[in-house]
Amino acid sequence: MIYADNAATTKMSRTAIEAMLPYMDKIYGNPSSLYSFGQDAKEALEDARARIASVLGCEPREIIFTSGGSEADNQAIFSAARQGEKKGKKHIISTAFEHHAVLHTLEKLKKQGFEITLLDVHSNGIVTPEQVADAIREDTCLVTIMFANNEIGTIQPIAEIGKICREKQVLFHTDAVQAAGHLHVNVKEQNIDMLSLSAHKFHGPKGIGVLYAKKGIILDNVINGGAQERGKRAGTENIPAIMGMAAALEEAVANLDANSTKLIKLRERLIEGLDKIPYGELNGDRTNRLPGNVNFCFEGIEGESLLLLLDDKGICASSGSACTSGSLDPSHVLLAIGRPHEVAHGSLRLSINEETTEEDITYMIEAVTDVVTYLRNMSPFWRDLVNGKRTHVFAE
Amino acid sequence: MALYSEKVMDHFRNPRNVGVIEDADGVGEAGNPVCGDIMKIYLKIDNDIITDVKFETFGCGSAIASSSMATELIKGKPINEAAALTNKAVTEALDGLPAHKLHCSVLAEEAIKLALKDYFDKNGIEYDKNEFPDEAHCAHCGEGCN
Repeated sequence: MIYADNAATTKMSRTAIEAMLPYMDKIYGNPSSLYSFGQDAKEALEDARARIASVLGCEPREIIFTSGGSEADNQAIFSAARQGEKKGKKHIISTAFEHHAVLHTLEKLKKQGFEITLLDVHSNGIVTPEQVADAIREDTCLVTIMFANNEIGTIQPIAEIGKICREKQVLFHTDAVQAAGHLHVNVKEQNIDMLSLSAHKFHGPKGIGVLYAKKGIILDNVINGGAQERGKRAGTENIPAIMGMAAALEEAVANLDANSTKLIKLRERLIEGLDKIPYGELNGDRTNRLPGNVNFCFEGIEGESLLLLLDDKGICASSGSACTSGSLDPSHVLLAIGRPHEVAHGSLRLSINEETTEEDITYMIEAVTDVVTYLRNMSPFWRDLVNGKRTHVFAE
Repeated sequence: MALYSEKVMDHFRNPRNVGVIEDADGVGEAGNPVCGDIMKIYLKIDNDIITDVKFETFGCGSAIASSSMATELIKGKPINEAAALTNKAVTEALDGLPAHKLHCSVLAEEAIKLALKDYFDKNGIEYDKNEFPDEAHCAHCGEGCN
């Protein structure tokens, strides 16, 4: 099997698993308990917090452990909105292709009277700092823009956007779920006020994440209850997962440059290979993208059947077609970069990792080429394109 | 649990009756590219019997499987039986489809009806306009197809 869906989730690293084990059967005390057995767990928790803070370039007290990226996004956005509201500031800036954890939270705020500006991400899938500067108003309380897109992998100019937000004194949150462990992330250098990340995207465990919130930012609780996480996130801390996350993040960051160089080389070969399929096109900027992300649209075919046939060939991949999203519309990300519906249905995302081999790349290029050709041969839509009854969107 | 029944996967992996009939007696197309699925049915009819049927489908796994099963169900049958084919019959023959995929079986029924209508129109055969509407309606988006 070739696992090429690392943007969905990753295999846990051995280091992360080993880091978790002692906290399941040996040091399993509750960190809130006062006896030393509980305090041992507390010590581990604070050690993990300090290590994660060190990687991100912040203070340990600025780290809140959450159940994952979605919860962190929700808490960051709701907190900024509540503080803004108190000052009569009810305008939020974001982009059209954020993750649903951000977009659906913003929709909820819209119903509560907030005004949301979703910036255009252009055909290359990148927003510009100038767009942000132009969109900021007197009543803007938050700018929330993802670090790198989860579907097409495009990297946003986060440090520059952060600088503008600082100058205009507007809070800046970034969903760094796809970036953490894969790109250089430093909240201080990149002028980030709040950041969300999720461990299972960098070979850590599922169900654990981080919200970084700069000192001084008043957080609203999403989960109410006990006084854990300085009272900002109730619930007994998931110590094993937190230990696994800290180990996975340190490992990913230590190997970041080497992995990145290796992945970019493989990614380029994959892009060049798939680019040979006629009437297909890469989605998102050619170079300014996550090292392991490849995303194509192919005319005349539908993504779900493509995925099922690739599965038969042992390849795990993903698509932005409506049939795979469970909704009537194809991926909002592909629509945001201007892909028409009929083309967006024929999308394929392959997200590789450092274990992917040159042979895997060769096999994937062959398999995708074969399956696309096979599906086109039974597609009346493709026949119409070939016969000139419908117009091609892409060049050959 | 798998997404689809074994029957669906069999018809998806090994679709029956794929192709085109160049001198078809009736051709019907349902769906549209915006919705992400199109089915085209070609019929060869002799003495009110469907002697041959082929299909082409752009769509998901269940769309391809529904087309394949629908063609199997009407092949060799009298046209009145083909006209009576329901999406329910297609779904049952496939051992069921997930709820959000039922429209695929509706498209198969509609494409067959449109192919029969085309045959009736070409041959000046009277038919019930209510049973054979001019245009298919995508079951999922509710919009007319063109």
